[in-house]
Amino acid sequence: MITIDIHKKLRAGKGQTDLQIRLQAHKGTVTVIQGPSGAGKSTFLKIIAGLADADNGSINIHGTTWLDTAKGINLSPQKRKAGFVFQNYALFPNMTVREHLEYAGADAAWIDQLLTLGGLQGDADHQPEQLSGGQQQRLAILRAMANKPALLLMDEPFSALDQKTKADLIAGLQKLWGEMETTVIIVSHYPQELAEIAGQDVYIGD
Amino acid sequence: MDWSPIWLSLKLATITTLLLLLVGLPLAYWLSKGRSVIRVILEALITMPLVLPPSVLGFYLLIAFSPQHGVGKWLHDAFNVQFVFSFPGLVLASVIYSLPFMIGPIKSALQQLPPSLAQASYTLGKSERETFLRVLLPNIKASVFTAMVMAFAHTLGEFGVVLMIGGNIPGVTKVASIAIYDSVEGMDYRTANNYSLLLFAFTFVIVTAVFIFNRTKAKSPLE
Repeated sequence: MITIDIHKKLRAGKGQTDLQIRLQAHKGTVTVIQGPSGAGKSTFLKIIAGLADADNGSINIHGTTWLDTAKGINLSPQKRKAGFVFQNYALFPNMTVREHLEYAGADAAWIDQLLTLGGLQGDADHQPEQLSGGQQQRLAILRAMANKPALLLMDEPFSALDQKTKADLIAGLQKLWGEMETTVIIVSHYPQELAEIAGQDVYIGD
Repeated sequence: MDWSPIWLSLKLATITTLLLLLVGLPLAYWLSKGRSVIRVILEALITMPLVLPPSVLGFYLLIAFSPQHGVGKWLHDAFNVQFVFSFPGLVLASVIYSLPFMIGPIKSALQQLPPSLAQASYTLGKSERETFLRVLLPNIKASVFTAMVMAFAHTLGEFGVVLMIGGNIPGVTKVASIAIYDSVEGMDYRTANNYSLLLFAFTFVIVTAVFIFNRTKAKSPLE
């Protein structure tokens, strides 16, 4: 079970807006976050991963407290090790596809399995600049899963994929998440595409 | 022609560049991470040699490291180290004088990298040090190379600051730029021209090399 209850004031133009989210999800489920641009969806994911600070609140992931502002607990991103798929992919230009997965800590067998899942077997020795946008996005997803995180956070993870690739990838991911009991939180502007795998939808914003 | 000033200049530029690399990489990384008051003040101090007359820097270094008093006396008494009128003094002055040429391009390159690169590495459990060495540094190689070459070339060409703290001791502190001045003072224009041509050719070659190396990545060696 994950339990998240955080609050943060966000700058919005000349004023401020409140990001206030309470969320509970069972292990191995998929939660889809939706809402208008600027509502704080990406910030919410970054707070969970430890890449941004909440003003106050708590995050408990499968019995481990990652954040509790009242008790002064705030684990570093390195200790949280949440898988994170960035909206801009954040791929390392100096590394090949395989090196991305090795850097993340995956062993050879797991790398092969991930490459097959992402359809990137033939591109293992390519650097990001040699990949298409869709391939880059798939690599970002594979890298986030490479160290088998307990919690996977995905920010618009399928936006650059065509319908067939997206459907195949989601089906493969769903199978893998089921086997690994990965808890997933996905930010998406197109929640209907994830309706089949989503355990719950959360709306952020007005 | 006495080649010792040329070799001394090359030795000084090489040692200075290597020391600047050791100091400059962590310092530029730290400066790139924010705009706190202490960072702004330190960056202003580092940048001062770009606009300050070299003789001013040389004068204060001469005073600070004089073996007669203060830090200079302590270094001399405790460690038998003397920076004034010595090669180590030239190295110290050159490191301070060329520091902005090493810091500027590296800091700028680090700031231009998307923050998400480091963040992605952190979420994979990697430390700040490992992230810097394996993700950030390999992606700013061109800027690090530029910074090294510019620091090297700038050290080759310095005059005022080395004259102030090092004087003109043959084989010890008489670098090429001082040898040129010395030759002109002695009306030996032929020797001055030889040294000048060598420095001109050498710096032209290394600056051109930077342009060629960075032709697709930077518009100017200072970027």
